Amino acid sequence: MKKIVKIISVAFVVLSISAFTMYKTASTDGGYKIGDIAEDFSLENVDGNMVSLSDYKDAKGFIVTFTCNTCPYAVMYEDRINDLNKKYASKGFPVIAIMPNNTDVKPGDNMEAMKTRAKSKGFTFPYLLDKGQKVYPKFGATKTPHIFLLQKTDKGHVVKYIGAIDDNYKSASAVKTKYVENAVDALLEGKEVKQTETKAIGCSIKV
Amino acid sequence: MKLKLLIVAILIITSSCKNENKIAEESTDVAKKEADNTIDPNDIVLEVYDYKGFEKFLKKKDDKIYVINFWATWCKPCVKELPYFEKLNEQYSDKNVEVILVSLDFPHLYESKLKPFIKKKNLKSKVIALDDADMNSWIPKVDEDWSGAIPATLIYKNEASKFFEGSFTYETLETEIKHFLK
Repeated sequence: MKKIVKIISVAFVVLSISAFTMYKTASTDGGYKIGDIAEDFSLENVDGNMVSLSDYKDAKGFIVTFTCNTCPYAVMYEDRINDLNKKYASKGFPVIAIMPNNTDVKPGDNMEAMKTRAKSKGFTFPYLLDKGQKVYPKFGATKTPHIFLLQKTDKGHVVKYIGAIDDNYKSASAVKTKYVENAVDALLEGKEVKQTETKAIGCSIKV
Repeated sequence: MKLKLLIVAILIITSSCKNENKIAEESTDVAKKEADNTIDPNDIVLEVYDYKGFEKFLKKKDDKIYVINFWATWCKPCVKELPYFEKLNEQYSDKNVEVILVSLDFPHLYESKLKPFIKKKNLKSKVIALDDADMNSWIPKVDEDWSGAIPATLIYKNEASKFFEGSFTYETLETEIKHFLK
């Protein structure tokens, strides 16, 4: 009798939880804040190799960019992401792009599509698939594009900037403030980042 | 005795779930109904605002409940939930509720994408366009907690407001409205 009550109670709990999670959204309450140490990861690149931050022995930090093929905002920033890597990889801050969407929901973002995109746009940086969607929630990424600037220190990879690339998605030539460039430049000069967080419209990460 | 209570509780929960499903199905039916309309997309007058011009829609103090939904035609989860906002606007219009759909579509696609979409879906709620590229300057003014991902929705009545980043079903939307109606 007691056992039955127990089983039913468990069923009750499971039912109420599943009813609740039906309305789960992509927003993550957790995720890294400025000053937090970002965990390393190992994700598959479009060239078939696995990539980790620890592979980059000489890097001073990373411009971790959550982006995808299918979001119009992300697409508008592709050339600028490429330019960021061209400008800063040699200075010790390479771009590491991560595609966070569930590829069952967004087949246009699957590995094959990522390979095609990387090739046609001539990506000079790794474009990694967050298979199983384990990495983006740790960062607290909510949308594409979403940038996390990391600085390598003795303690680990410290989050120094979170947000947008610049202040004009429409046109690179109309940009007044280049948030990411300003932040990387500050770190390269041994200064503190002035504007550590910015907001921009983006496509919610598909779960 | 305890056992009986639990069984009753489970029965209530499962039956209420069934009801929810029914409503969800109905609303998809509404969504499927393509309206036969004769409006030329060119006849649709689209109000376009920068944030300064748009801000008045967030600051009305006329005892009405405003549901401000940020969306775009290219945003799949946004398009999926539009029928729920349409239904809400229709069913609660006599309860002093107004839905405003704020499109974040790209300006160069207003004519080719947004206006034809408004026509095709026969949107009855007020649709306005927000075109302000300096997003970091205005996103926190809509809500401090908004990361910038869409869909996003602000519900407010006078000074009271609640912000949501994520998708709604008709049921979850209605639940929130009922809180404001109390």
